[in-house]
Amino acid sequence: MSTTNTIYNNGKTAELVKDDSTSSASKSVYDTQQLNLWYGDNHALKNIDLDIKQNEVTAIIGPSGCGKSTYLKTLNRMVELVPSVKTSGQILYRGRNIFDKDYGVEELRTRVGMVFQKPNPFPKSIYDNIAYGPRIHGIKNKKILDEIVEKSLRGAAIWDEVKDRLHENAYSVSGGQQQRICIARALAIEPDVILMDEPTSALDPISTLKIEELVQELKKDYSIIIVTHNMQQAARISDKTAFFLNGEVIEYDKTDTIFSNPSDKRTEDYISGRFG
Amino acid sequence: MRYIEHDNVVRRMNGRNLVNKLFKSIFLLATLSALLALVILLYQIVSQGVNHLSFDFLVNYASRFPEQAGIKAALVGSIWLMLVVAPTSIILGVGSAIYLEEYAGKNRITTFIQMNISNLAGVPSVVFGLLGLTIFVRALALGNSVLAAGFTMSLLILPVIIVASQEAIRSVPGELRDASYGMGATKWQTIVKIILPAAIPGILTGSILALSRAIGETAPLIVVGIPVIIQFLPKGVMDTFTALPMQIYDWSSRPQPEFQQVAAAGIIVLMVVLLLMNSVAVIIRNKFEKRY
Repeated sequence: MSTTNTIYNNGKTAELVKDDSTSSASKSVYDTQQLNLWYGDNHALKNIDLDIKQNEVTAIIGPSGCGKSTYLKTLNRMVELVPSVKTSGQILYRGRNIFDKDYGVEELRTRVGMVFQKPNPFPKSIYDNIAYGPRIHGIKNKKILDEIVEKSLRGAAIWDEVKDRLHENAYSVSGGQQQRICIARALAIEPDVILMDEPTSALDPISTLKIEELVQELKKDYSIIIVTHNMQQAARISDKTAFFLNGEVIEYDKTDTIFSNPSDKRTEDYISGRFG
Repeated sequence: MRYIEHDNVVRRMNGRNLVNKLFKSIFLLATLSALLALVILLYQIVSQGVNHLSFDFLVNYASRFPEQAGIKAALVGSIWLMLVVAPTSIILGVGSAIYLEEYAGKNRITTFIQMNISNLAGVPSVVFGLLGLTIFVRALALGNSVLAAGFTMSLLILPVIIVASQEAIRSVPGELRDASYGMGATKWQTIVKIILPAAIPGILTGSILALSRAIGETAPLIVVGIPVIIQFLPKGVMDTFTALPMQIYDWSSRPQPEFQQVAAAGIIVLMVVLLLMNSVAVIIRNKFEKRY
């Protein structure tokens, strides 16, 4: 756990320590090589090769059951909570294979935040929700926690809406606000990457718009990988798009290219709404 | 071509409504019969016992004269028993439930354990008494002490507490676990900070209901060899004692009709204790549920 704690500068004002924040945006965050995954006998991911870049929004699209959520959950090894999961191949996160025996999942998940499909705040106050991550990683100082909470809520563009009710239950705000609180909660562990699993599918159009704007804002500081069912959303907010079908990556390219000039017939069929 | 003839539907509607009403009455009758049994029981006991109830009854020791007989030793003994049973059974029960739900994998061994915990809940209490007699009273040489009887009772209600706690833990939404693990929390941090706070109303309700079963059990105490007539109070867990159901059982088996009244008064005391424990369960559940 000692490496986990290094993200906080010895208890001083918390600051994200990036591996290589000065390099250009073309640096890889995640390099997936020949990844295969099985749920029991079900071969859910087949020979996935994906190179995901820093400070970009990468969208993963595809019909239900194509493996896109599974792939996302593999990136922070949440998929291992499902019994009977087997994997082969490797995923290099910042050059290190996340399946290595000595790579602790807790360490990985401290660098890789996750936002889920349904807003899932803890049944605690808004403040305690945001402070949860820093607290489990050993921050006890009230002043530092206050700072992290404010910084995270501002980062998720919800500070002004909740600053007067930080100690109310997180369930007392609307669904769209809850989801932004969940994003703030993910930001509070000062991650490097944020994984988003259909973060707007349970929200109304206005809340969706707010979160899409937020994603654009966040990519300056974070790398974002977002699974979405909504192709317009992928086209609007992402830099790169990967199209998954039956557990395979059919096409992975710049979003503009995917949506205007796909090279695979199946991609074209899917984005033009002919199936899926 | 239409499959549903509207006229036929209207014609048969009366019959269908009649059947509906018939079954409603049958189910109401079933509910009332249980209620009736309770009312008769309460009436009989209260009418018999209320004359004997007095403050003296609570502070007197047992006696061979019915008018002097009191329930002090049994009442205090039952409280001592609960002081042993509650921590033992809740710590072991909640611990087992956490292990089975959160740590143990789903394999043949855990399925086997799970199945046997459910079986254990169905084992007659006399059998637990024999187990307690063999292990705690004799093998561990605890004698017929509060500790031996308390451990025996703990084993008896352990399966109920485990199953209730497991269900409470299982009902905590999976999304909360995901959120916690997703931020790099360990299993233990997730259990302590997220799962247990959400599961505690269910765990406490189940535990207190199980404890109220323990306070009313007689058979294991008889087998363990708990005496009935005692003229002193236990000073520690190694002392012997008597308990409410034992005392009631003894009074009701005496030939003098006056003792039937004493027994009824004892039952009233026992039922008040049970009612108090159940109220505590309800209060705890409501208090914790409001927080979320």
